[in-house]
Amino acid sequence: MDKSGKAYWHAVLKLVAIILSIWALVSYGFGILFASALNNIHIGGYPMGFWWAQQGSMYVFIALIFIYAKLMGNLDKKFDVHEQ
Amino acid sequence: MDLQILTYLVVGATFALYIGIAIWARAGSTSDFYVAGGGVNPVTNGMATAADWMSAASFISMAGLISNMGYGGGLFLMGWTGGYVLMACLLAPYLRKFGKFTVPAFINDRYYSKAAAATAVICLLVASITYIIGQMTGVGVTFSRFLGVSNEMGIYLGMGIVFCYAVFGGMKGITYTQVAQYCVLISAYTIPAIFISFQLTGNPIPQLGLGSSLVGEDISLLAKLDQVVTDLGFSQYTTAIPGSKLNMFVYTISLMIGTAGLPHVIIRFFTVPTVASARSSAGWALVFIAILYTTAPAVAAMARLNLHATVNHAVMDGGDLFAPENSLVYDERPAWMERWEVTGLLRWEDKNNDGRIQYYNERTTNPEVLANVERAGWQGNELTVNADIIVLANPEIALLPNWVIALVAAGGVAAALSTAAGLLLAISSAISHDLMKKIWFPDMSEKSELLAGKIAMAGSIVVAGYLGLNPPGFAAGTVALAFGIAACSIFPALMMGIFNKNMCKYGAISGMIAGLTVTLIYVFAHKGIFFIRGTEFVGLIGGPNSFFGITPEAFGAIGALINFGTAYVVSKFTPPPPDHIQHMVEDVRTPRGSKTISGAH
Repeated sequence: MDKSGKAYWHAVLKLVAIILSIWALVSYGFGILFASALNNIHIGGYPMGFWWAQQGSMYVFIALIFIYAKLMGNLDKKFDVHEQ
Repeated sequence: MDLQILTYLVVGATFALYIGIAIWARAGSTSDFYVAGGGVNPVTNGMATAADWMSAASFISMAGLISNMGYGGGLFLMGWTGGYVLMACLLAPYLRKFGKFTVPAFINDRYYSKAAAATAVICLLVASITYIIGQMTGVGVTFSRFLGVSNEMGIYLGMGIVFCYAVFGGMKGITYTQVAQYCVLISAYTIPAIFISFQLTGNPIPQLGLGSSLVGEDISLLAKLDQVVTDLGFSQYTTAIPGSKLNMFVYTISLMIGTAGLPHVIIRFFTVPTVASARSSAGWALVFIAILYTTAPAVAAMARLNLHATVNHAVMDGGDLFAPENSLVYDERPAWMERWEVTGLLRWEDKNNDGRIQYYNERTTNPEVLANVERAGWQGNELTVNADIIVLANPEIALLPNWVIALVAAGGVAAALSTAAGLLLAISSAISHDLMKKIWFPDMSEKSELLAGKIAMAGSIVVAGYLGLNPPGFAAGTVALAFGIAACSIFPALMMGIFNKNMCKYGAISGMIAGLTVTLIYVFAHKGIFFIRGTEFVGLIGGPNSFFGITPEAFGAIGALINFGTAYVVSKFTPPPPDHIQHMVEDVRTPRGSKTISGAH
């Protein structure tokens, strides 16, 4: 892999690390580890820990994949490795 | 119209639709058969993936499990959706770029070894076959309940239908049938939920209804439910966790990486035209999946409340839950209870001989509840409800019109059939492409490979049917195990193949074997060798809670850790992969030059 290839892969890994940190935070963090504490706060009729486990994390997952796809598309173009 | 006739009509019409699509989309080449020609639009592919993915267990069992488990049921919701983030970021685009038909084909080339490919085929077959058992039992349950035929007859019928469109259509037929099946199953799931949400909360959107207040009352649905179930001695709905928090954590990881490692889902991403579309297709798949998965918690909570309200008048009308007149008189029970008693999924036993149904948690230790039970003269819980009823009987519990009930029947059947078809394709492509073409008869022509694929598919249907008739466990249980197996063997091998270019064949093979062996030992110790009753050996591994109280269903994550660890250590002490493999890995990492998928090598 040439220099730009290395830089591209480095940028990809950084993006994936950010995406997966948010993924872990909303599900394992908000949905499980801190759920009991978050349950003291309510969104409408939902206790917040319960909401993250049964609704919220899924909405975030969808957003994460589309954001990832978009940013990866930008990276591909920036490093000129996109499909023609 | 009579419910039975209406159900026949609706289910029959959907069958005609699937077979019609299969005839229209016949597979002419191996590329059609394995990857639908590789030109499927990412949104269409997302919809097909959603149907492929959402099994009988998702459709029938999941809401019931959440209904019983409460908050802890969130592990299924997060686990079965969170895996798509992993798939989109770590696997799908790279495997698409690699450009082959199957998962073992990637392992074969990446680890330059037929032994590695054979190991992957074994893991794939074990995971897919375990999974398909759950689908076939699901087909049996749905058919027997709705079409009034026996369980066996239901499975034969299901086998026949899958045979028609999977054998002739291959991936192409399956893809477009799955799109139709998605539409059927999602309307069947959401329409009753919309009705019920509106009835209970006045909000037609179930996702919002679950967080709303009850109609005409100043209390939120969840708060009401919490109050009712705790008064009856169950654990509080919004905080209940069966087992430990650690187990919930590990179980969620297991389902997530299992999802990302399940071969029948991965191969769906070989059907899109480009790497970029593989990334976005994962997002579309999750959108379509989330429509059902965000509705499920509402269905679960509302059905639980409705069930309690049916059995005990005080739940909605107020008053004393333990007053004798508030328990439902058995002879006045609604028709749906009678219908489900026939199937054995709902049972009543009059323990205190008062002719009324008492439904509460008889194992409670709450002194207040125990005092109330004592005062009311209840002699134990009298109603046993199987979790699968929650979705199937939900429209009946809420008194919805007959056409909704018929639609739910069609939806349940669609969910089971679509996943069964996807699994059968993964199994048959592993046999015809990875074993026969790649390992045993490399000179095979495309025509004979296609024929071999169809024969393997037909054979798999027979095996799946047999296992469905003689199921080695209940539906949801075996499905969870399939995830464990995909998590401990396939996911780590694929991920290391892309992200660690120094990973060599020795590391990958020993990792897969170590992960699979440890997971299977743990699972079989709890559930019996190959799930045969009486062959459990939990004592040998230190009792049922030997490993930090982690349940066998959740153990795949531990197996995956062992896989990663073993592979890493072994690769440190064995020769690194040859240069051309390292270049191949670098090439897979960049999207440029992705081409039409071919089986050639």
